[in-house]
Amino acid sequence: MKRIEAIIRKTKFEDVKEALLQSDIDWFEYHNVHGIGQSRQERIYRGVQYSTDVIERVALTIVCRDPLVEPTVKVILKVAHTGEVGDGRIFVSDMIDTWSIRTGENGDTVLRDKK
Amino acid sequence: MNEIGLSLDTVWMLLAAMLVFWMQPGFALCEAGFTRGKNTVNILMKNFVDFMFGSLLFFFLGFGFMFGSEGAGFIGMPNWGDLSFYKGELPVEGFLIFETVFCATSATIVSGAMAERTKFSMYLVYSAVISLFIYPIEGHWTWGGGWLCSDAADGFMMSTFGDVFHDFAGSAIVHSVGGVLALVGALALGPRIGKYAKDGKSRAIPGHNLAMAALGVFILWLGWFGFNPGSQLAASGEVNRVAISHVFLTTNLAAVAGGVATMFLTMWKYGKPSLSLTLNGVLAGLVGITAGCDLVSPLGAVIIGLVCGLVLVYAIEFIDHKLHIDDPVGASSVHGVCGILGTVMTGLLSTTNGACYGFGWGFFGAQVFGIFVIDLWAAVCGIALFYGIKKIHGLRVDARIEEEGLDVYEHGESCYN
Repeated sequence: MKRIEAIIRKTKFEDVKEALLQSDIDWFEYHNVHGIGQSRQERIYRGVQYSTDVIERVALTIVCRDPLVEPTVKVILKVAHTGEVGDGRIFVSDMIDTWSIRTGENGDTVLRDKK
Repeated sequence: MNEIGLSLDTVWMLLAAMLVFWMQPGFALCEAGFTRGKNTVNILMKNFVDFMFGSLLFFFLGFGFMFGSEGAGFIGMPNWGDLSFYKGELPVEGFLIFETVFCATSATIVSGAMAERTKFSMYLVYSAVISLFIYPIEGHWTWGGGWLCSDAADGFMMSTFGDVFHDFAGSAIVHSVGGVLALVGALALGPRIGKYAKDGKSRAIPGHNLAMAALGVFILWLGWFGFNPGSQLAASGEVNRVAISHVFLTTNLAAVAGGVATMFLTMWKYGKPSLSLTLNGVLAGLVGITAGCDLVSPLGAVIIGLVCGLVLVYAIEFIDHKLHIDDPVGASSVHGVCGILGTVMTGLLSTTNGACYGFGWGFFGAQVFGIFVIDLWAAVCGIALFYGIKKIHGLRVDARIEEEGLDVYEHGESCYN
């Protein structure tokens, strides 16, 4: 059982969401995130020019069973790709355990395959 | 005048009063949008206070100070809530309402400039003083038939300039007074925390909702169609129906010219058209045309709008970057600088007595002198009021309250939950 975290462009969110739902992922969470990086953006407010280094992205968090990790990563790599700087990153880490709150069931069988 | 004519005039005056009242939500939304979301309840509350205090105090005392019998020519007699002294063709109650909404407009200009850092209790004091004294007294000198507008041949203005001061709907009397008080208030308060870097460089503190500000400006624009054409105070008969139509046109032309000028200037200056400044540019044109909307030609209105829209941008930059006075909504530039500019330009562009039309410099002199006296009065009162409050009680909230927002600490409510 693994956790996949993907930080993607906001403009790619709808495409990635559709692609994930088409695949075997039946649930994931996402957040709007702000990052600080190299790119800077010039702005003007009431005659004061200022630049901001805040970069807005969407972070997806997907927990899935081991066999699904590779296909899921491949889907994101394919759909979220533009080739420009700033396409994002994918991180994969181990998950130790899980429970279903409704049934009390324990282990990665909680994460059912979508059939 | 016949009965139907008087009724028509009264209906027009009351309709215009409704439109001018509607400028209050315009100011409220504009100011709320240009400031941060943690201070929205506070700024809305201040706008309500200005109208509530203004209405009560102007009814009890201010109306008499402004329109009461001449006395020494400085101030009218207080009316103590009694309206019977007023002798005019139009019903006094309706006229009081019309004058009340103008008084409240003058009062509410200041709240935006002093936004995000003023003690609410001290704002109450300011709001009462402007509605009770500052506005009615200078209003008495002008619209109340006082010395600046008295056309008696041996009066000061006629014997000095050969003409009287002219401010049709209040570029000087309403807007510049509000703008000057806004500047003095913002100066006395000092800038918001974080507005200026240690090296004195100005920082942007973006407002939290430009949609709100834009709606506010559109509402103000609509309100101005009561503010200026309504100031004719009559609609019946050929003279009046032509006059209010003319004023309607000049008002709108100046507004669009102001907005267009600001939009193109910001495109040239910053590389992109700035909405936050263009909104101010529209208001700059409206403020500028208010004094001479009855006297200038439609083309003259466009010129006034263009000049106000261009000067506005430099005025905002000068006050912010050079003077380091923090005016979050630009009230001092829009209402102060453009109010003065519009009043003075009326002396040039009036088709009946302006210098550009070959009528000499008498009327221009009257305009310059009039605006100087009125704004000197506003500045002296403002300095005494705001620095007096600052010394006696403190004008500004604690740094902690300012940082966390006035809404929660001053009002116990927040706008967004």
